[in-house]
Amino acid sequence: MNLELTLNGRPWKGEASPSQTLLDFLRAQGLASVKRGCDTENCGLCTVWVDDAPVLSCSYLACRATGRRVTTLEGVEEQAADLGRFLAARGAEQCGFCSPGFLMTVLALRRELPHPTREEVRAYLAGNLCRCSGYTAQMDAVCAWLEVEE
Amino acid sequence: MKYAVNQPVPKLDSAAMTTGKPIYTEDLAPADCLIVKVLRSPHAFARITAIRKKRALAVPGVACALTWEDVPRIRHSLGGLAYTFGSPNDRYILEDTVRYVGDAVAIVAAETEEAADKALRLLEVDYELLPAVLDPRQALDHQPPIHGEEDYSAEDTLQGQPKRNLMAHFELPYGDLDAAFAKCDVVVEDTFHTRANSHAMMETFRAFSYYDANGRLAIVTSTQIPFLCRRTAAQALGMPIDRIRVIKPKVGGGFGAKQSLVCELLCAIVTVKTRRPAKLIYSRTESFIASNSRHETYITVKLGATKDGIVRAASVHTISNAGAYGEQAFATALLTGVKTLPMFGRAEAFHFDFDITYTNTMAGGAFRGFGATQGFFATESMTNRLAVELGMDPCQLRLKNIPHSGDFMPAYFFEFLTSSALDRCIKTGRNMIGWDQKYPRVEVDGSRVRAVGMAVALQSSGISKADKCCASVKLCEDGRYIVSNGAGDMGTGCDTVLAQIAAETLQCSIDRVSSAPVDTDSSPYDKGSFASSTTYVTGMAMVKACEQLTGMMKAEAARALDCPVAFIEFDGDFFYARNGSSGRLSLELLARRQVTEPDCPWFTAEGSHCSPTSPPPLMAGFAEIELDRDTGKVTVLDYVGVVDCGTVVNPALARVQAQGGIAQGIGMALYEDVQYDEAGRMLNRNFLRYKIPSRMDLPPIRVAFEQSYEPSGPFGAKSIGEVVINTPVPAIADAIYNACGVRMTDLPMTPEKILKGLRQQVQP
Repeated sequence: MNLELTLNGRPWKGEASPSQTLLDFLRAQGLASVKRGCDTENCGLCTVWVDDAPVLSCSYLACRATGRRVTTLEGVEEQAADLGRFLAARGAEQCGFCSPGFLMTVLALRRELPHPTREEVRAYLAGNLCRCSGYTAQMDAVCAWLEVEE
Repeated sequence: MKYAVNQPVPKLDSAAMTTGKPIYTEDLAPADCLIVKVLRSPHAFARITAIRKKRALAVPGVACALTWEDVPRIRHSLGGLAYTFGSPNDRYILEDTVRYVGDAVAIVAAETEEAADKALRLLEVDYELLPAVLDPRQALDHQPPIHGEEDYSAEDTLQGQPKRNLMAHFELPYGDLDAAFAKCDVVVEDTFHTRANSHAMMETFRAFSYYDANGRLAIVTSTQIPFLCRRTAAQALGMPIDRIRVIKPKVGGGFGAKQSLVCELLCAIVTVKTRRPAKLIYSRTESFIASNSRHETYITVKLGATKDGIVRAASVHTISNAGAYGEQAFATALLTGVKTLPMFGRAEAFHFDFDITYTNTMAGGAFRGFGATQGFFATESMTNRLAVELGMDPCQLRLKNIPHSGDFMPAYFFEFLTSSALDRCIKTGRNMIGWDQKYPRVEVDGSRVRAVGMAVALQSSGISKADKCCASVKLCEDGRYIVSNGAGDMGTGCDTVLAQIAAETLQCSIDRVSSAPVDTDSSPYDKGSFASSTTYVTGMAMVKACEQLTGMMKAEAARALDCPVAFIEFDGDFFYARNGSSGRLSLELLARRQVTEPDCPWFTAEGSHCSPTSPPPLMAGFAEIELDRDTGKVTVLDYVGVVDCGTVVNPALARVQAQGGIAQGIGMALYEDVQYDEAGRMLNRNFLRYKIPSRMDLPPIRVAFEQSYEPSGPFGAKSIGEVVINTPVPAIADAIYNACGVRMTDLPMTPEKILKGLRQQVQP
């Protein structure tokens, strides 16, 4: 079927299978930041934005994105790199495989929640799993970044 | 340390990771790869009597459908260990017998995923079902044997009897155990059951393969063991090693799971058969049901102590569940005793033995802690019980018994402890958690109570006399360095840590050192990233390589400055002639001589290291929990880990390793359990049902370091990666006892089990 959307700020037009997930569609476009972790909406690795709201692209059909703005980490690379440096300073990215989805959720949090407490940050990020870090250094990095941003 | 060691250097690859660059295996696969899919056994134990593949092969786009008839009949093991080290040759790539639900039955490769999926559904398989056994305690002599094959082979040291399902047996006696127990005033004994756990690293198993221009098989894989993958692939495919090349991109976590070959051969055989590029990406479910897990164990511990709190006698008996295949099982079971018994540093006698049985569950494998984690749950829980029986503070009891620097450790491969700050770890952790105010418990209200618990642990730094690790360094013609290792950074940061060690040895800033990717064609040999070896063993190889390079550079500087080499000094930037002249030569000019001076050699050096000892890192862990007596729910409020890993090469990375290991340990303690139904089907095969700790389950994890200096390590360093998972399980079990008096001996420690224990207290 025909698909027409805005992908990382640029118009995209083409064919997509009706059963294709947004995750598969985006990876097929060469957007390597979008990671597959579970296929069951449990890990947060495949988080992208549709119209600025974080969605789990493993469980979102590509055709639903028609007429919408889809943003992956590649589309917000500058911001991501800045936040990424806070992670790196603490070694909190470790294997890095959960980092893109995690960063997309943190950047959405920044837009949605003004002046969040550490508890609010924790709750907002609850759906982003990480098996390496134990979360503490990730949380420290996010809170430090938010402080600088504000 | 002046240059790079003991500094929180960011990981060299962090920018690529945090901007989502294509650096992982799947990102790099060519577009024209055949898509490989695997048909999995629905039965726990069966013989395949027929496979009809005509309809599957008729699906447009299908390139091949491979069965047991199509693969080499070469028995091998998928477990990567230094050499064979106890892994029996007990499997083919595909076989006419399937031994667990999920075992590979057939392989399909097609142009598209849809075609491959369709072909899988059209394969028709007839099975003759065999009686399966899932419980390792009932597996002995269960018939027919899981490995009745005539070409089964294993080293004699395993003392296995495969026809009886006994994979291995081992005994390690020391001293007169009966006499030692007879002297004891208090003797305690109990059995502990630890469950299979899934590694659940975020990147599932995946590989792609192709033939290169020279007709060599290339395997690109998310692995911890590039060189052992090459060796195993050569063995299983019946090819010489030089015909195979293994490339390791960035790896999205391993934790030991990728210390076995899981998907590589299933993909490579497609390339071998079709001569085409092929890729195999495991789904999360496939990763859960068809890979490997932490070995399930039953561990019986008996401790005897005199009234003064000295443990005089100890015994550990382990029954380990190998699962369907024996990879890693021997060494893992070995660690349940040899890593735990050294904590009884004043014991006069001990006895350790284990039996490993085959069952029809998924094979166990290497998982961070590698048996020691299971062992410490049992031995540390018993030490805490001893403390109660003796009326002694558990921290004090540890301080009376732990080994100290210089002590002989007969249980620990008869090695001497050459560095330890464990006593300081205990004291610091005790203060950090607020032990004196909180031990044993503080009532919150009628139902909730807060309590603390503690445990100590150690691990290894590589496998002594077995792990061979190499590292190399090259001087570029502009005076900068490129270092290489073949270890296989799986996200831990060993590429960065090894570059730091190189910079320190070469007396320069980390900015002057680059790290090369791992490729068995160009990287120096390393047995791989496991057994907590990259910092300690590969690190020493890096020191040797850099020292050798410095020697070569000095020799050339001596020629250039016309000065005996013994009088040449190097400070990282300049070579000085200290023979009375004031001559000096910059590193840049020396480096350029490689391309301007006909007689100047090219400066490249490789160091190899195999350590005669494996100095243990040590730690103390302290948990504070809140327990609700009405629901049995346990919330971890605080966790303090104090670690002696010798010199901390990278404090940021070491801290996160510790926090991550403690988090995994908390998962093992409270949530994680690979469950099978009666037919051997894994029930919790996704993240919805297999629970790893989320951000909401964990408190901020506090880590401190008490550094010792390990004389045999690079700049005094020992390992960090595994020891950190060993304390949470016994420390939380201790906290639960201190909270409500229930002794937990079965993992995970769920609210249900705690409530059952509380009810038994009420109705004795």
